[in-house]
Amino acid sequence: MAQPGFPRWAAVLGLVALVAPLAAPNDYWIGVMARICLYATLALGLNIVVGFAGLLDLGYVAFFGIGSYLYTFLASAHFGLHLPFLVTLPIVILLTAGSGILIGAPTLRLAGDYLAIVTLGFGEITYLLLINLDRPVNITGGPSGIVGIDPPAVAGFALSTNTHYYYLFLAALGLTLLASARLRHSRIGWAWQAIREDELAARAMGINTTVAKLQAFAIGASFAGIGGSFLASWQRSVFPENFLFTESINILAMVIVGGMGNLLGVVAGAALLVSLPEVFRDLQRYRLLAFGLMLMVLMVFRPQGLLSFERKESSDD
Amino acid sequence: MLKLTDVDTHYGPLPVLKSVSLEVRVGEIVCLLGGNASGKSTTMKTILGVVRPTAGRVEFEGDRIDGLATEVIARRGISLVPEARRIFARMTVWENLSMGAFTRQKAPAGEVAQDFERVWTLFPRLKERQHQLGGTLSGGEQQMLAIGRALMARPRLLLMDEPSMGLAPVLVDQVFDIIRAINGQGTTILVVEQNAPVALSIATRGYVLQNGRIVIHDTARILLATDYVRRAYLGED
Ligand SMILES: Nc1ncnc2c1ncn2[C@@H]1O[C@H](COP(=O)(O)OP(=O)(O)O)[C@@H](O)[C@H]1O
Ligand SMILES: [Mg+2]
Repeated sequence: MAQPGFPRWAAVLGLVALVAPLAAPNDYWIGVMARICLYATLALGLNIVVGFAGLLDLGYVAFFGIGSYLYTFLASAHFGLHLPFLVTLPIVILLTAGSGILIGAPTLRLAGDYLAIVTLGFGEITYLLLINLDRPVNITGGPSGIVGIDPPAVAGFALSTNTHYYYLFLAALGLTLLASARLRHSRIGWAWQAIREDELAARAMGINTTVAKLQAFAIGASFAGIGGSFLASWQRSVFPENFLFTESINILAMVIVGGMGNLLGVVAGAALLVSLPEVFRDLQRYRLLAFGLMLMVLMVFRPQGLLSFERKESSDD
Repeated sequence: MLKLTDVDTHYGPLPVLKSVSLEVRVGEIVCLLGGNASGKSTTMKTILGVVRPTAGRVEFEGDRIDGLATEVIARRGISLVPEARRIFARMTVWENLSMGAFTRQKAPAGEVAQDFERVWTLFPRLKERQHQLGGTLSGGEQQMLAIGRALMARPRLLLMDEPSMGLAPVLVDQVFDIIRAINGQGTTILVVEQNAPVALSIATRGYVLQNGRIVIHDTARILLATDYVRRAYLGED
């Protein structure tokens, strides 16, 4: 059954994704595929804020970092708490959503460039906190991060190989895709779109824009809570360097390259931006240059994104 | 129904409305005239709580509404047709109208469908174009969409900020015929206009705003005959 907002071939893609590890040349590429699923989940979260509600958030990586570290606090030797995966994950999702509200609240009155700059600031603050909160009490482990994170176990089965993680991340991606599609056609989804189009008009329609924006920040952040938990449990370690500003831009680029607002486009954007640097690996030090050039070419020829939100093109006047 | 008493509104330190008092009674069409930058839109924004007055009071149906949030005021039964239309450009005509009925999800089944019919009857063009994106409509059609969207909330008071702005003369007459029809169906209207002759021709009463102060108010018929108004707003010497 095709879900609202998904073409039939999405089901086919899902099946392909299920058997993909069989076709992967080696374990390394299965790892790349797992990372695609992880980043696609993050990009879908940012898409809620930027694509659906039209709020340009340049500090999304803050939520990714908060999610990763919260997971680490609850499931590692660091504080000696070794909560099981299925207990930790929902707690982290809720707390990260809460952090979305905390960080979103001061930005409610801001729009456009100002919002972008303030969220960028929050991203940097989060990074600085991660680096510096090892003194006077060691909370984050400072620049050297935290190692020795518990691997996830579900019903007594401990995940160990990249293939295991791939299926876990793929399942989460499927769920976040469905959630995004549902949200988009829900009341709150309509409110987000109206805010994106014209905030004043939205308020005049009786939409509580404060609540709607906070919901966007909270739900967007909760996806980063999932992604963060995954990263921490997969790497078995976290470092502040995982959550640099460039990560925010990277995730934003996935949303834009894919076609802002288009769910499958966002997934395609994640696939492209995660795999391209791998494809260019042979170019060694010209790798990032090639990657940057590819992005430029793409944006010149498909400014509306890989899979454009078809509505955008016809509304130029 | 709507009563402003000695309202002052500032943008930062800049005073824009100075002791504005005006009243709209149930069933009326009241027009608010004034030149550029006289504070007409600010009056609308003050009523709808987009900006807060620094002094005075705004009452709607006997309750004070100044200080309430815009969405709360809107839910009480006031709709706005904003200046420059502000339709949702990347949403279809149908979706724009649905957004107008956003707060009415608890309305009895069929009521919203009835309201769609009402809008289609007033604006057959919109029905033809219901699947088209708002941003692809012509200026006149967008104005109709903005009016239709406001009506979908079933307002008791409709605020209209320069509905004739940028429209060809034929369309202006058409829009004002529709305003009269909407009023005839029981909606009270406060309309801001620079196009005084047309506005006064359908209004019950009118106010003239100058530099943020109400300088004249009277019945539309008397205003149409008043020398000052004729000279200032009807372009006659
Ligand atoms: N958001 C704003 N910030 C500062 N000044 C404003 C703002 N909006 C309007 N003004 C000023 O308030 C005055 C009245 O504006 P407005 O109410 O829009 O006039 P009108 O609708 O009669 O043309 C103008 O001098 C305008 O420059
Ligand atoms: Mg104005």
